[in-house]
This record gives sequence, structure tokens and C-alpha cells, in this order.
Amino acid sequence: MSDDIRDARKTDGRPHVRRFHQARWDEPVLFELSTPGARGLLLPETEAEVADGAGDVWGSIPDSLRRRRPPRLPEMSQVHVVRHYFRLSQENLGADLNIDVGQGTCTMKHNPKVNEQLARSPGMTELHPLQDESTVQGILEIYYRMEQLLKEISGLDRFTFQPGAGSQAIYTCACIVRAFHASRGEAARRNEVVTTIFSHPSDAACARTAGFKVITLYPEANGLPAIEAVKAAVSERTAALFITNPEDTGIFNPRIAEFVQVVHEAGGLCFYDQANANGLLGITRAREAGFDMCHFNLHKTFGTPHGSGGPGVGAAGCTSALERFLPLPTVEREGDRYRLDYDRPDSIGKVRSFLGVAPAILKAYAWVMSLGADGLREVAETAVLNNNYLLHEVLKIPGVAAPYAEGMRRLEQVRYSWKALCEDTGVTTDDIGLRAADFGVHYWHSHHPFIVPEPMTLEPTESYSKADLDEYAAILREVADEARNQPETLRTAPHNSPVHRVVDTRYFEDPEMWAVTWRAYLRKHGGEG
Amino acid sequence: MAAKHSASHPYIPNSVPTIRQQLLDEIGAPSVEALFATIPDELRLKRRLDLPEPLVSEQALRAHVEDLLARNATCRQNLNFLGAGCYQHYVPAVCDEINGRGEFLTAYAGEPYEDHGRFQALFEYASMMGELLEMDVVNVPTYDGLQATATALRMACRMTGRRQVLLAGTIGRDRLSMIRNYCQPDIEAQLLPFDPVRGTVDLAELESRLSGATAAVYFENPSYLGFLEGGAPEIAVLAHRAGAECVVCVDPISLGVLAPPSAYGADIVCGDLQPLGMHMQFGGGHAGFIATRDEERYVRQFPSRLFGVTPTRVPGEFGFGDVAYERTSFALREQGKEWVGTASALWGITAGVYMALMGPQGFAEIGESILQRSRYASREVNRIHGVRSPALDSPFFKEFVVNFDGTGKTVAQINAGLLERGIFGGKDLTAEFADLGQSALFCVTEVHNRADIDRLAATLEEVVR
Repeated sequence: MSDDIRDARKTDGRPHVRRFHQARWDEPVLFELSTPGARGLLLPETEAEVADGAGDVWGSIPDSLRRRRPPRLPEMSQVHVVRHYFRLSQENLGADLNIDVGQGTCTMKHNPKVNEQLARSPGMTELHPLQDESTVQGILEIYYRMEQLLKEISGLDRFTFQPGAGSQAIYTCACIVRAFHASRGEAARRNEVVTTIFSHPSDAACARTAGFKVITLYPEANGLPAIEAVKAAVSERTAALFITNPEDTGIFNPRIAEFVQVVHEAGGLCFYDQANANGLLGITRAREAGFDMCHFNLHKTFGTPHGSGGPGVGAAGCTSALERFLPLPTVEREGDRYRLDYDRPDSIGKVRSFLGVAPAILKAYAWVMSLGADGLREVAETAVLNNNYLLHEVLKIPGVAAPYAEGMRRLEQVRYSWKALCEDTGVTTDDIGLRAADFGVHYWHSHHPFIVPEPMTLEPTESYSKADLDEYAAILREVADEARNQPETLRTAPHNSPVHRVVDTRYFEDPEMWAVTWRAYLRKHGGEG
Repeated sequence: MAAKHSASHPYIPNSVPTIRQQLLDEIGAPSVEALFATIPDELRLKRRLDLPEPLVSEQALRAHVEDLLARNATCRQNLNFLGAGCYQHYVPAVCDEINGRGEFLTAYAGEPYEDHGRFQALFEYASMMGELLEMDVVNVPTYDGLQATATALRMACRMTGRRQVLLAGTIGRDRLSMIRNYCQPDIEAQLLPFDPVRGTVDLAELESRLSGATAAVYFENPSYLGFLEGGAPEIAVLAHRAGAECVVCVDPISLGVLAPPSAYGADIVCGDLQPLGMHMQFGGGHAGFIATRDEERYVRQFPSRLFGVTPTRVPGEFGFGDVAYERTSFALREQGKEWVGTASALWGITAGVYMALMGPQGFAEIGESILQRSRYASREVNRIHGVRSPALDSPFFKEFVVNFDGTGKTVAQINAGLLERGIFGGKDLTAEFADLGQSALFCVTEVHNRADIDRLAATLEEVVR
């Protein structure tokens, strides 16, 4: 790259890679910033009448339950708390900042600021979940309305918003499967769940946690499991199929309805993991494919922020045949009033506190209401168009491939392979990703195990422009060029991030060395700091 | 000439028609429709989704949602004494400021380099929790305290190879439902009887039930009903004698005045972070923590992510990363421990901000303040004829049971009367704990001043009359 900034700008309509450098504050760990006596917040003093009226509160506490020594928390002024966290925030690449197409499967999209403001208003934040129903009619109506929207979008009959994210929704559906078979006296016999290797790890892990054995199907040359493999996997022991479609390859399984039919004929239920629904809105639904259950991640497809890893909402839906098993309570409408229904004896009970992450439900509702039917379809169409355009551009880079379904269109994402480049140059997909970070973007390889060698998963949602996609492709091209011409730059990346590469993995693997808290670090490595 | 509205949606840059056509031309597709050719015709939705007409202007959208929210009556407009797992504490402005920063709010799952900030913030969160709890291992938050409890119990079962857990009988019924659901079909959860006068665990009964099958003994301090579990050290001794793990759920805001459970023998400590800087949000502010000693046999059982500190290739620089990643479902799918996924990281960062603001002195002060205010409130309420408070004869923190049997009125009637007068009364316990008669669980925190409490007492007197 030249040192002339004009080369890093779009001066001639062509994308260039920008001269990015992330904030690097060398910010100490909070404990190192402590000043004895400093205060970050002062509290109201207890009025004398209250203190007197309360009597000897300390004396009432049994000796063994009294704190003996104060917690060794840092002591900081508010000024320094704010400065510290602002610095850390600058050392974090939020979606607001970057062309966030590199976090494939995560559906990074614009999180509208108006929705955030609404969710932060007192009408939302200052509600206790156990308030009398008459005092929470507004939020209950939002739950009810959002359920109606998702019923139409999926074609299923009921939804719960209790799960706190996608995996908890998958788990909820696994519990419904268990309860359904138990209601028919088949719980003991039907103890197997069939899934696919390109479905999210939680489809397997949540089913296992709910007590099922897991059978995992692998793809054929076309990237999809064969219908024969499904037939071979199902039996009188089959409890359910848990499957993503499109899987993380972005290839839509055109025989999905046959998969469902095979499982239904064997007496099993079918759960549609719709984490990858962004290219499907208004196009195809769980209902048409015959599924009994599905889930959406409101923090992915429905525009609510990911929060550095939650809170989100995993909206879990089912057909009317399974409705009686949904978590407690459901939101019901009676005339123009809304109420909570706890009188559901077949319910699986609670999967999360109260009614789930209400502000995220509010934000998702506002997102759908901003778009409507045509807007949702435009989201799906644009996400798919963007993905196919990025695919077209990325495949021009020597050394990268899109395994399976060669020449075919993908839906909303693609799992690529750098196998050829890596074999030629000795770099790895990890090296490529860490070098990509130097240009101000995220990059993600794949869930484990790596079925696709040296994988990279890109998901350009509707939130990115042609110029954005061109820039991302240009970054990958630059990194691939470097892999051939100066591989050491990749192997030692990142160079422009807040911190440099970790080379000693014993700190993550060796019980004598790992430190999950500062106190553990001081105990194990005190002299080194 | 009237301005014509553009068709391009503000959230969708490439919805500009000329750009769409340009992209199609580049990839050689005749139409957007052609991109969906892999979806069979019989699976296609052949109509427009039947959804309400969109509110395309931000102004109209805001007005619509604000109108819906205006139909709520908030705890700011009313005087609230509800707790029972979700608490009205003061939320420092800095907490909202930091968790509203787009850099944190809109981030997700980047690497510990370009997302160094959230890794450090969550490591610091865990480190400060570690100081409050006096434990060396704290997870990146799970969904909520209910999930943390259920997972803590499963961890204990995996460690011991046993499948029975004994639970303090005053556990909240939502938490019990969660545990029963989550522990199926592998684990049997038994409720221990409690002392009807004090509420505490019946130690003799515990001793008789403990056996080589018991994986864990679980109790809360403070309990769901607010009282302190006076026999905590004895429970831990009994559990350990039987080879079981002692699992304790704690309210972290109490730890400036109350001993951390590790001090009286707890092996696995769990709870909810919501009191530490999260608004109630109709139950949307929850996040769960799990803490243990730094022993490999515990660490290997966590399903959650654990962020560890490490040197980088630059001397003196701190980096972060996943500790013992190979135990997780991210690494091993169904062979991992339970599962891991998106949970409540933003609330973990926020709780960290809260702890940094409060410091040791802040925790001591708020703990004492809550002890004083709640005890004052209980005493004031107890003066009312026919009202007994606290109904359980044990010291308590923040919450206490109020019994109305002597008033001849039901909790439902009393709460209806309070609501008419702008007060949200305590949680009605009659469905959960029939043996407690007409009782409610009242919650008093640092947000309640003398006038608030006196108003509660005066209004209650009026309502029960």
C-alpha cells in the first residue's frame, strides 16, 4: 500500500483498502487503576428515623453470615470508570462501526437507533414483571402483536418469547419434543434426535442436554445430506429432526419437505432451526415445509442488537398440536384486554425468568413494523442478492473456493474454503482472519469441526451497500496477495488491533496457568505483572 | 410540486433500484427471483405476507410504539414493593451510558483482538464478581439466575456421578420449575421441608435424606422469601460429609454486608446479576453467574465461556481468550457440557461497570442501607392491626414475608386496594406457599425512603381496615 491517503480512499470509483488502525490504549486492568478512598457513586444516606426505627441491623445477622473483610474491588472515581470503559469500547469493533459481513451465521445488520431509544424509555425499563396485568397492557399488547407477526411469517400457530437466545429456544423445542412423546407414552422409546453437521452445534447439544441421543448426518457431494441417509437414521426410536435450512453453506435443501415426511412417517417431530432465515422472509416458511416447530433469533433476523453476546430472544414457535406444551405463561387476548395464562397443565414450565427479554421483543416488533410485508421481502431479496454478488467477487480471488453446489446460487451466506491458498502459502484461515482485522473488519471461519477445510463464512445481510461489499472483497484480495508475497505479515497479525497475537496457549489450557479472574492471575503469576 | 417518497428503505442501502440492477448485471442473473430457483415451487409462499401496513417514517413508528408503552403504568409513576427475583434498585447513569455504546451494544462474536474491549470488560466483570464472591472462577454470564442454578446443579451431578439434588423447600416455584425441566431426565430434584416458624432448612431432615446418591444440597442466601439461612455452615458440613457439593444462590448486592457463600462452605455459587445496574425491563435485565474455586474438576464442568488473561507476543501486554474451550458445545457439539451460545454478555459488562462504580465502600453502604430500610418497613407494617411482619422469624435482607391472616382479607384484595392508591404491593405467595396463609413478599431497597415506607404503612392500614 502506498502512503498517499488518496490511494486509500474511493477516489476513482474503485474500492481500496483503507489505512485502518484501531484504538490502542494499552488500558490497564481495572484493578491496576484503583486509588484507595476514591468513589464512583455516592448513595443517599438512610434517614435517621429509618436507621433508629430499624434498630441494630448488624446484631440481627448471625456471625457466620456477616462479611468479615470488604471485597477487594477497585476504588475509582466516576471520571476514571467512564474513561476506562470508553477506552475499552473503542477497542471493540461493534457492527455500527464496520462492514460486518465477516461474522457469517450471525446475521449482523443495522440495529435502528429509534428502537433502542424506545426500549430505553421508562415505559419499558421501569416495569416489574409481576405487576398487575392491568398495569402492563402496553407491553403485553406488544408481545401479542409480535406473536401475530411471527405466526404469519412462519405459518406456525403459537410462539413463546421466553427463551433468551437461539440455543435456549432450541432447548425449549427439545423439551416440547420430550413432553409430546411422554404424553403418548413413548418418552422412553423415542430417545433419538437426528441433525446435520452443518446445523448449529446447539441443535445437537441442546437435544443432548434434554436427554436425547444425537445422530448427525453429513453432506453428500452436493453439500446436502441424502434423503437415503435420513431414511436410514430414522426408526421407532426417532424423537425428532433438528435441522437448519439453508445450512451454514447457504445451500437451500430442496428436499426438506421429504425429510420432514420421512421423520413424520416414523412418528417423530420436526424442528426447523431458522437462525438462517434472513434470506427466507416472505419467500418460504416452516409451515409449507411441514415443520412442527421452528425458532427465530430476534437478535439476528429481526434487527435487535447482539449486545456483545446477548441478551437476545429465541422466539420458539409450534403448531396448534403442540401449543399445550409451550412454556408458562402465554399471552392471551380477550376482547381488547391482554392477560397471562398460567393455567396450562401440560406446559413444560419455565425455561427462563418471567417473560423473557422484553426490550428485545419491543425492538424486534418495531423493526418489523418499520418494514411491513414488502419490506421483509426486500430484506430477504437484498440479503440474497448481496450474498450472490459477494460470492461472485470473492471467487475472483485466487486460492478461494465455495465448496459444494458449484455454479449454483446461494441464499444468505456462503462457507468458503481457502484450502488452495493455504496449501500454496502455508498460512491458515486463522491467519487470514487476524490479518483481516487489521483492515477494520471481522472474519469468521466456521463452527467446529471444520468440515470445509480452512473455512471462512461470510453473510452480507441487507444492511450493506455495493461499495461495502466491494471493500470487503478488496480486503480479502489484499490479504490473499500478502499470503503469497509476505506470509509473515499474516502469521504475525494482527498489527493494527488493540493487542497483538497470543502465542502461548498454555494460559488457556494448563490449569496451573489459566486465570479467569484477576485474583487467580495474581495468585498464579503475581510476580510477572 | 409535492415531494414524492422514495422507495428505498433507510435500513436497506441496496434497495435503490439502479443499484439492484447493477448487482444483477454483475452476477449475470436475469432477476432477483432467479436467485431463489433452488427453493421448490411447492415450498414458495405465493402471496404477500399478511402483515399490518408498515409505519415507514421513523416519526410514525415512534408515535405508535410510544402509544403502546403509554398503556403501561410504571414503577416510577407508582410506588413499587415487588421483588421476588426482579429488583428495583437505583441504576447509575454510567451503567446506561456504557451499555448504550454502539461499540458494545452492536458487537457480537469477534476475536479477542479486534473485540479486545469486550473480552477485557468481561474478564474484569468476572474478576470483580470473584472479589465479591471470594472465588477464583466466574463464567461469562448465562441467561439468568434460574439457568445458572440449573446448570450449577448439573455440574454437581457430573462431578459426583450422582443424580439426586436436595433443594431448600422455600425455593421459588419458577426456579423449581426451571430446575425440574432442565434436569430431566437425568436428575431427581427433592424438596427439603423447612422450619415453619423460621423458614430455614430443617437440618435433621436434611441429614436423614443425605446419602451416597446425593450430588448436591442447594439453598439460597438470602432465600427466595428474603430470610437468611442461619444454618448455612451446618448445611455445607452435612453436604460435604455425604460427599455432595454445596450449591448456594446469592443476591450479589448483599455481599457488602453478608458473607460470600464460599466463607461458609459453598462449592458452587450462582445467582442473578440484575440487581447490579440493570433496569427491571419487565424481566429483561437478567443474567446468570456461576462461580467456583479454581480447581480443574470444577472448571472442566462449566458449559459457559470462561475468558482468561494471557501475555501476547509484545512483552507486558495483556490479551484474552477462551479457557478450556474444548469442554464446550462450540468445540464438541453434543459431547460438550450442556450447551453454550448467545446469553447475556451486555449485562455482564454492565454489572462490571456497577461494581467499579460502587467499590467496597459502596457495597457496604448499600447493604447496610437495604438492611435498615427493609427492617424499618417490616416494623412499620407490623404495627398495623392484623398484620404480622416479618411472618418468618429470621433475619432478612431486602425482602420479607408479610402475613395478613389477622385482617380477614386476602392478599388479592389488599393488593387491589393498594393498586387503586398507586402502590404495587408485595408478591402474593398464596399460590406458591399455601402453608403461609394470606402472605405476600415485600421488597424494600435503597430506592425507598422514609416517606415511601410510611406511605406504604399508612395506605396498608387504610386498605386492611
